[in-house]
Amino acid sequence: MNELLTVLKKNVREYGMYIALAVIMAVFTILSKGVFISSRNIANLLNQTGYIAVLAVGMTLVIIIRHIDLSVGFLSGFLGAIAAVALSQWNWSVWSALLFVLALGTIAGLLTSLPVARLGIPAFVASLAGWLIYRGALMLVTAATGTIIVTNETFNALGNGYIPDFFASTTFLPGLHKTTLLLGVIATVIFILGQISDRKRKLQYNFEVLSNGLFVTKLIFLSVILGLITWILSGYNGMSWTVVIMLVVVLIYDFITRRTVVGRHIYAVGGNPEAAELSGIDVKRITMAVFASMGLLSGLSGILFTARLKSATPQAGNLFELDAIAAAYIGGVSAAGGIGSVTGSLVGALVYMSLMNGMNLLGTDISLQYIFRGLVLLFAVIFDVMTRKRKS
Amino acid sequence: MSDNILEMRHITKTFPGVRALNDVNFVVRRGEIHCLVGENGAGKSTLMKVLSGVYPHNDYEGEIIFNGKKVEFSNIHDSEAAGIGIIYQELALVPEMTVYENIMLGHEIRRGMTIDIQEMIQKTKELLERVRLLLNPSTKVKDLGIGKQQLVEIAKALSRNVSLLILDEPTAALNEDDCENLLNILRLLKSQGVTCIMISHKLKEVLEIAETITVLRDGQTICTLDRQKDEVNEQVLIKHMVGRSIENIYPPRITKPSDEILLEVHNWSAFDVNLGRQVLHNVNFHVCKGEVVGLSGLVGSGRTELARSLFGNPDGYITTGEMIFKGKKQVFRHPRHAIRAGLAYATEDRKRNGLVLIQSIQHNISLANLQGVSKNGIVNEELDKQNAVNFVRSLSIKTPGIHQLVMNLSGGNQQKVSVAKWLFVGPDLLIFDEPTRGIDVGAKYEIYTIINDLVAKGMSILMISSELPEILGMSDRICVVASGTITGELDAKTATQEAVMRLATQY
Repeated sequence: MNELLTVLKKNVREYGMYIALAVIMAVFTILSKGVFISSRNIANLLNQTGYIAVLAVGMTLVIIIRHIDLSVGFLSGFLGAIAAVALSQWNWSVWSALLFVLALGTIAGLLTSLPVARLGIPAFVASLAGWLIYRGALMLVTAATGTIIVTNETFNALGNGYIPDFFASTTFLPGLHKTTLLLGVIATVIFILGQISDRKRKLQYNFEVLSNGLFVTKLIFLSVILGLITWILSGYNGMSWTVVIMLVVVLIYDFITRRTVVGRHIYAVGGNPEAAELSGIDVKRITMAVFASMGLLSGLSGILFTARLKSATPQAGNLFELDAIAAAYIGGVSAAGGIGSVTGSLVGALVYMSLMNGMNLLGTDISLQYIFRGLVLLFAVIFDVMTRKRKS
Repeated sequence: MSDNILEMRHITKTFPGVRALNDVNFVVRRGEIHCLVGENGAGKSTLMKVLSGVYPHNDYEGEIIFNGKKVEFSNIHDSEAAGIGIIYQELALVPEMTVYENIMLGHEIRRGMTIDIQEMIQKTKELLERVRLLLNPSTKVKDLGIGKQQLVEIAKALSRNVSLLILDEPTAALNEDDCENLLNILRLLKSQGVTCIMISHKLKEVLEIAETITVLRDGQTICTLDRQKDEVNEQVLIKHMVGRSIENIYPPRITKPSDEILLEVHNWSAFDVNLGRQVLHNVNFHVCKGEVVGLSGLVGSGRTELARSLFGNPDGYITTGEMIFKGKKQVFRHPRHAIRAGLAYATEDRKRNGLVLIQSIQHNISLANLQGVSKNGIVNEELDKQNAVNFVRSLSIKTPGIHQLVMNLSGGNQQKVSVAKWLFVGPDLLIFDEPTRGIDVGAKYEIYTIINDLVAKGMSILMISSELPEILGMSDRICVVASGTITGELDAKTATQEAVMRLATQY
C-alpha cells in the first residue's frame, strides 16, 4: 500500500489526467443515464476525437520545442479540400490522393519552419501568416462549387467506416464485433508480454522495479481497462478506421519521442536550446523536422475530417488549431517547453472531446459548453504548474 | 560637514555558502575620482550593489553614511533619489527609443495629461552638453556607437541630479579613442562637482585618472591608496590585488605532456556581426597532447569568444586565420562537426547553456553522444542507463539515482554531470571554461583530480579560468588573453600571479 502511494505521488501529474478522464466519463454517464458510455456513443466520441488527436500529437512536439503552429487548422481544411478535389474532380485513385495530400502537408510544414528556423522569426507570426494563407487557399478551392461532395466509398470509410468482421456469426456472441474482440485480446496479450520482458531486462541491469504484487495488480487493472474498451467498442460496429489510424499515429509518435535519438534531441532542444546546440544537436534541423511532421499530420487530419463529413466545406478546419493546442496543454505539455508526451496529449484530446460530446448529449447550451471547456483547460494548466512546483 | 561624501563601514554580505564581502570599509571623499580595483570575484560589483540598494539594507551587515547621514536603501529608486547613480557594464538603454526618450525614461516631463516633448528635448540638449555629446536628441540609441551610448547613460544619470556616479567597468567594451574621451568626460564631471567611483580592470587608465584607489581582494579591503601621499604604480597594485599565497589545494600531476602538437591556431581573428566589433585579433597558440594549457585573462578579455569561435562558432562570428587540429586544417561550422572531430567544450555557465536542467542525469550524460547508446537511431534504454550509472560511480556524483533531475543537484555535482557528458564523447581536446566556478573547495579538488586523470590518459585540456591560483596550480603552460588577443605565454613552473596579471591588464 505504501509503495502504491509513493508511485502515485511520484506520477501524480500523469495519473491525475487518467483520473480526470475517468471522473468526467463517470459524471456524464450518470447525468445522461448511461447513454454516454453506450457503445454507439463511445464509438462516435472516438471518431470525433480522431482528427483533433492527430493534430494534438503533432502540436505536442511543436510546443515541446518552444514553438507554436497556428496554421494547422486551415491547413488541414485546405488539404482536405484538395483531397476532395483530387477524388471528385480529377478522378484520382484514393491512394494517390492520400499520398499527394500527405506530401503537400509535409511541404507546407517545412515552409512554415523556414522563417522560424533560418531567420529566427517567432513561430506565432510565421504560422499566423500560414493561417491567413491557407484560409484564403481553402476559400479559393471551394469558391467555384461551394461544398465539394466526396462519393468515393473507400475514402469516406476512413472517417465513417469500421473494420470488417471476419468472424461474423449469429450464434457465437451475437451482436458483438468478433474481430474487434480478437484484436483487443491480442493487444492485451502483447501489452502483458511487453511489460514482463521490460521488467526482466530491468532486473537484469539491477534497476528499480515495482514489487511483484503491485506489478501483477497493475497488469490486471490495465488489462481490465483494455478489455472494457474492447467490449464497449465491439458492442456497436467494432473498431472504426479512424480509431485504427489514431492509434497507429500515437504508437509511432510515442515510440519516436521516447525511444529514438531524434526524440531525445527534440526534448533537449525544448529543455535548453543553447545547451542542445553546444552538445552538437542541429537545432535548425530538429525545428524543421518537427514542423514538417506537424504539416504531415495536418494533412492526415484534413483527410479524416473530410472523410467524416463526406465532403469538403469552406469552413473546414476552423479553430482546429486551438482545439489541438488546448488538448496538448490539458495533456500536460509545458508551455515553457521541454516537457510533454504524446500519450498525454491523446488523453488530453479525449478529455476535451468527452466534455464536448457529453455536454451535447445533455443538451447543454453551446455558450456554457465553451465556458466549461475554458475552465477545464485553466484548471488543467494550474494543476500542472502546482504539481511541478511541488516536485522541485 | 565632513569632506567624505560616502562612508561604508563594516559591510558584510553573504550568499548561501559564500562570504562575498567581509567587513569591508570604503571611504570616498567629496569631488574625487575614486577607482575600485581587484580580481574577478573580489567583491567590487557586490559592494556597489550594496551601495545602490540592489541588495536591500536588511540583506547585509554594516552601515552606509552618505552625505553625513546614515542611509538605508530598499531598492535602486531609493539610492537614485538620494543622488547615487550607477552605470553597469551592460548598458540599460532601450535601443529602439530615441536619446531623449531614454534619458527621460520614467521621469518624463508632463504638461497636463500629455508629455512635453519640446521641453524634454531642450533638457536633453543641456544634459548632452555636460558630457560634450553633440548629437540630435531624437536619434535612436541603436544608431549610436557603444562609446556614445555610454555617454548617454551618463547624461541619463546626470538628469537625476546625481552627486555620486558609479561606473562599473565603463571602458571594457570601448576602443582606445572612446576610452580617452570617457576619461576626459569624467574629469569634466569632477569639475562640475560630481564624485565618481569607477571599477576597472585596466590599470593604466586607473593610474591615469584616479586620485584614490581602493583594492579589494577576496571580499576584503586590502588598502586604500592616496595618489598624493603614496607611491603607486602597476606593480604595487598587482601585488595588492593578487597578494595571497597559493595554498596546496592542487593534486600533484605525475604525467608530462608530450611534444606532439594537437591543436595549433595561427592569426585567428573573429568579428562579431551582431555587436559590430572585432572580438579576437591575431590569436596564436598551441596545445600539445596530454597538456593542460591555462587560458587566463580578465572577464571580457575574449577567452570564451576564442573557445566558442574554435568550437563550431555557434555565434556566427566571421573568422579568419588557421586552425590545425590533429594535423588537419579545420574550420568547424557547427559544434557537431567539432565534436565529431574530437573537440569538446564545457561551457562556463553550466546552468544557462551547459546542461538541460529539467532533464535527468541519464539524459544529460548521453546528450552529446546518443550514437554511443543507440542502434539505427533507436536508443538502447538499458545501455544508456548502465552508462549513466557507470559515470555516476566513477566520478562519484552524489545523487539518489540517475533519474534525478539535474536542477536538483549541487553545483559541484552538476559540473561532474557536464564532465561526464563530454567524457562519454571521448574527445582529444576538452576546452574547460571555468571548471570550478561556483563550487565548493571539496568538489574543486575532485574536479582537479579528474583533470589529472584525463591528461594521464592522453587527453589535452584547454582550461579557461578567472582564478589565478587555479591557473598557476593546474596548468603546464599559461596563455594570457587581453583585449581579444594573446598578450603572452608563460611556463607555469616559473610564472607568478604578478606576471600573469601584468599581461592580463595590458591593452
